[in-house]
Amino acid sequence: MPRVPLPWLAEHVELPAGLTAEKLAADLVRVGLEEEAIHPAAVTGPLVVGEVVERTPEPQKNGKTINWCRVDVGPEHNEPGGAPRGIVCGAHNFDVGDRVVVALPGAVLPGPFAIASRKTYGHVSDGMICSARELGLGEDHDGIIVLSTLGIDAPIGTDARELLGLGDEVLEINVTPDRGYCFSMRGVAREYSHSTGARFTDPALPVPTEPAPGGGFRVELDDTAPIHGTPGCDRFVAQVIRGVRADDPSPAWMQRRLQQAGMRPISLAVDVTNYVMLDLGQPLHAYDLTALAEPIVVRRAAPGERITTLDDVDRALDPEDLLITDSPDGARGSRPIGIAGVMGGASTEVGPATTDLLVEAAHFDPVTIARAARRHRLPSEASKRFERGVDPQLPRVAVARVVALLAEHGGGVAEPAITDVDLTGPAPAFELDLDLPGRLVGVPYTHDEVRDTLTTIGCELSDAGPGRVLVRPPSWRPDLTVGVDLVEEVARLRGYDAIPSVLPAAPAGRGLTEDQRTRRSVARALADAGLVEVLTYPFVGVDQLDALGVPDDDPRRRAVRLANPLAEQQPYLRTNLLVTLIDAARRNVARGNADLAVFEVGLVARPAADAPAAPRLPGGVRPSDADLEALDAAVPAQPRRVAGVLAGLREPAGWWGPGRRVDHTDAIEAALLVARTVGVDLVVTNDDHAPWHPGRCARLATADGTLVGHAGELHPNVVAAHDLPPRTAAFELDLDELLAAAPEGPVEATPVSSFPVAKEDVALVVPADVPAAEVLAAVRAGAAASEAGDVVEDVRLFDVYTGDQVGAGNRSLAFSLRLRAADRTLTAAETAAVRAAVVAEAGRRFGATLRA
Amino acid sequence: MSHDSPSPLETLSPLDDAGVEHAVEAAIAAFGAAGSLDALKAARTEHLGEHSPLALANRGIGALAPADKGTAGRLLGAARGSVNAALADRQAALEAERDARVLVEERVDVSLPVDRRPRGARHPLETLQERVADIFTSMGWEIAEGPEVEAEWFNFDALNFGVDHPARQMQDTFYVEGDAGLVLRTHTSPVQARTLLERDLPVYIACPGKVFRTDALDATHTPVFHQVEGLAVDKGLTMAHLKGTLDHFAQAIFGPEARTRLRPSFFPFTEPSAEMDLWFPQKKGGPGWIEWGGCGMVNPNVLRACGVDPEVYSGFAFGMGIERTLMLRHAIADMHDMVEGDVRFSLQFGTEI
Repeated sequence: MPRVPLPWLAEHVELPAGLTAEKLAADLVRVGLEEEAIHPAAVTGPLVVGEVVERTPEPQKNGKTINWCRVDVGPEHNEPGGAPRGIVCGAHNFDVGDRVVVALPGAVLPGPFAIASRKTYGHVSDGMICSARELGLGEDHDGIIVLSTLGIDAPIGTDARELLGLGDEVLEINVTPDRGYCFSMRGVAREYSHSTGARFTDPALPVPTEPAPGGGFRVELDDTAPIHGTPGCDRFVAQVIRGVRADDPSPAWMQRRLQQAGMRPISLAVDVTNYVMLDLGQPLHAYDLTALAEPIVVRRAAPGERITTLDDVDRALDPEDLLITDSPDGARGSRPIGIAGVMGGASTEVGPATTDLLVEAAHFDPVTIARAARRHRLPSEASKRFERGVDPQLPRVAVARVVALLAEHGGGVAEPAITDVDLTGPAPAFELDLDLPGRLVGVPYTHDEVRDTLTTIGCELSDAGPGRVLVRPPSWRPDLTVGVDLVEEVARLRGYDAIPSVLPAAPAGRGLTEDQRTRRSVARALADAGLVEVLTYPFVGVDQLDALGVPDDDPRRRAVRLANPLAEQQPYLRTNLLVTLIDAARRNVARGNADLAVFEVGLVARPAADAPAAPRLPGGVRPSDADLEALDAAVPAQPRRVAGVLAGLREPAGWWGPGRRVDHTDAIEAALLVARTVGVDLVVTNDDHAPWHPGRCARLATADGTLVGHAGELHPNVVAAHDLPPRTAAFELDLDELLAAAPEGPVEATPVSSFPVAKEDVALVVPADVPAAEVLAAVRAGAAASEAGDVVEDVRLFDVYTGDQVGAGNRSLAFSLRLRAADRTLTAAETAAVRAAVVAEAGRRFGATLRA
Repeated sequence: MSHDSPSPLETLSPLDDAGVEHAVEAAIAAFGAAGSLDALKAARTEHLGEHSPLALANRGIGALAPADKGTAGRLLGAARGSVNAALADRQAALEAERDARVLVEERVDVSLPVDRRPRGARHPLETLQERVADIFTSMGWEIAEGPEVEAEWFNFDALNFGVDHPARQMQDTFYVEGDAGLVLRTHTSPVQARTLLERDLPVYIACPGKVFRTDALDATHTPVFHQVEGLAVDKGLTMAHLKGTLDHFAQAIFGPEARTRLRPSFFPFTEPSAEMDLWFPQKKGGPGWIEWGGCGMVNPNVLRACGVDPEVYSGFAFGMGIERTLMLRHAIADMHDMVEGDVRFSLQFGTEI
């Protein structure tokens, strides 16, 4: 993101004396430019220009020769009495009379490296003569900086921090995608002016009119496949400059500014184009003129075309790529020399021998550039600006600046002729209701305030009837296209802090939905039952399903796969909760939380086998009902599940005695607790379903047979694979299915009978393979159908017995019945009738007999 | 026996005033001297039992001359009454003593640990979302939800993120493989669009939920996190209403002194857009401003995509991270604890937040 050195900014806007980066950040954030970082001054403390007045080479025992120097750093910094300072220096690239940069005791150089007076080589060295690298000005460490070689002539004692730009704080700002123009000092200066009212002193205007375009290097715009009807290039300005020492280093001040802006100085030609881009926001390109063949043609790539870009990568081009091409051997537009707005080509690169340049500044379509940069994974400084929108009126100014800087520092001579192929027109104007800003922002802006604000940001206004204006936004604001865009401009320039705080009165609501309330109750019930809620990431790999023993043809293996997963081995979304929850359980156990009961409520994704793709529909218009249905059909089913894992002790050991280990019943109990909280009775039957123990897995279904989940002990292999304690148990339920099965409407209350209770115990001998739940159901049914009428209040299974007394292959199930009538005290005959009915029904269903 | 009494069998006549009185006194004294319920039972047998002087004297009334029967009856009746009363008093006193002693003997150390059942807990990100939901439902808003695997149209296009807009690239999106046109939603904002398409106006909804970005887990980032989105679409809504809602929300979560401020920003689905900063006194490191979320007035293009006429209706929307809110509110420095599923983290919060 753009970095703003304060002195550079000051070239475009008047900055108050003593402005700090912190204050600048505060001013800019008010208009929407957020601080990303403040980079402090590279050097603090005294750093001054000194003149070497004595230099005595002194050979040392270690073979090195040091120079014992006297350096005049001016009356303010010389020794008391005015004598020059004594400094030891290991470099030899200077002589008496040279002006150098001296860090005095108290200075802190990048590193940080604090300078102090110190004894060395038999002298007290009272400072340091600095190299470029020591000051963070580059990699040059062959010797110290001799200012004259940088073309700097400054008096002795001058503050070198200011001279070399080493004392500048740099503000780095975050520019939102709508503010492309703020990727430039000029744009930031404009915003600073908007924020503070400081005068904007834009040196880029007016657009030069001399010389008039014409006769320059031939350029043809030939886009036969514009995207969305917008030509890929609508402006191309170029100018030739000859005799430039293009490969010379750029001036020190320019190098320093590029460094401050986060760019590496390379050569004059490259640095100047970068500098003007950072300054004005116009990306530029310089070609080696001798390698170019007229004319340049801007066109889309042909199928199969390739280019080697400046980074020496050979790239296959896409027919949607916009190319800059030239015409070697008269073959018009036959050779790609750049991917427009993204990166130049190697064949016309400015090299060490280059003296003649063609300087290009163009305006490209943001969509074309954005797609190309994405396609080639080349987010360059140029593409970053073009895809956010560059001012189409900048190219002339930018080329003129580049050519002037090259001539000044590289000795070139510009050709008078200028190429300017210009298909741009003024930005479209649109109407604004002057009341709209006040209506949307809630601040009663006057019409004059609205007009003034829009004029300030560069809009041209004309009347369009009462209370309305026709607004033509400035060329650098392609983001302003409709009324609300201008509303934001009014609001931000007038200040967001002017917006009052008014709580709106929403219409009376209905609170949470039944499902939302019930889901809360479920989570709360599990927590109250001693389970701890955790959240897990939904990303899974095939190995995780393998570890659960999920069969190959199991529908849980049909999963949504991500194109760009964070981890290649986990490209899928979970199709059940246990697959990720069990890993959380494992992590807890590994961390010593061995007695564990965790649960999670979350969505899983269950894509259909033949799901259609979601249609690609435009924004800004309501899709047809058919399109909305197609969107819905493409989105996979994402049922909400609740799952739990229980391991170790379910009830802790303590002074009261031993604890109780988890077993399958704990998982089934938790699952039934969930169902009961929802208000659904589940039918529990044995099942064999991964990842559960095949003999200890409960299938949980609603009364109509709809499967809602499983619970029980995990398969020993699964337990082992996840390093869990033996007999770890788990459950998983489809909460959506449960909620769908929940009873509608409020509970209808039954009056509570105050007649006495009668208790009956019945022990039934049944074949051992008859599930207890079925016997219990028979007991209930039999009791309810007795002559006494339905007087069963409760039935509990209180004993299970197998052994000699009931015979091999049988077991005895003992039930205790609580009987009570609503309207009378039950007689002994009636309770006996219930008992007889129970025995009869169980006998009819399973051949059960009363235990002797 | 402390009294030296003659053998009652032989001496006590039903008409012997002094003898009877003596027997009464002896009985009362014996009861008083009984130090336990067992001793009292023995004394009772001795002084009121079948063979006690008073019982025998009573039995002797039948043998008296009729003229004396009344006198003797009255004498012995009164005597037995006093003795019985004394017995009852002593019985009650000894029972009370016994009861008190039992209670003392049954004393236990109540400071012994009683955590015989495991403690459970909710995850604070979930309870915080519920608390947020409660704040909004108390204002009459409703809670809307949507899918996590979402059509790109809902996640981007409906929200005015053009296919080529840089903002669409900045979302660090997880894409579903192939040409499915699906993403993991990068924000809860698609619920805005779904809600506006489904519900009648006006709409005031909050949408808490899980969202996804391709950020690796570190102290301040997680690829899976939670947001709450607010959306109000009605006639005459302004940024002032947005500000009022945010202030109320901030105060409900961070205390009555909390406040918000807006800074201009950019989001494709709002115009004007703002970043929202929060000020609250308990902020770690001292009271101050910290970025909390984004917001703005719903972009007319979003309203149009949802079939709402922007000439008639306006709306505001805002969103903030639940993780961030939890971190700010509970001084949590690192994201790891929130996502790793360690029960010790959840247990600190219990079942409410």
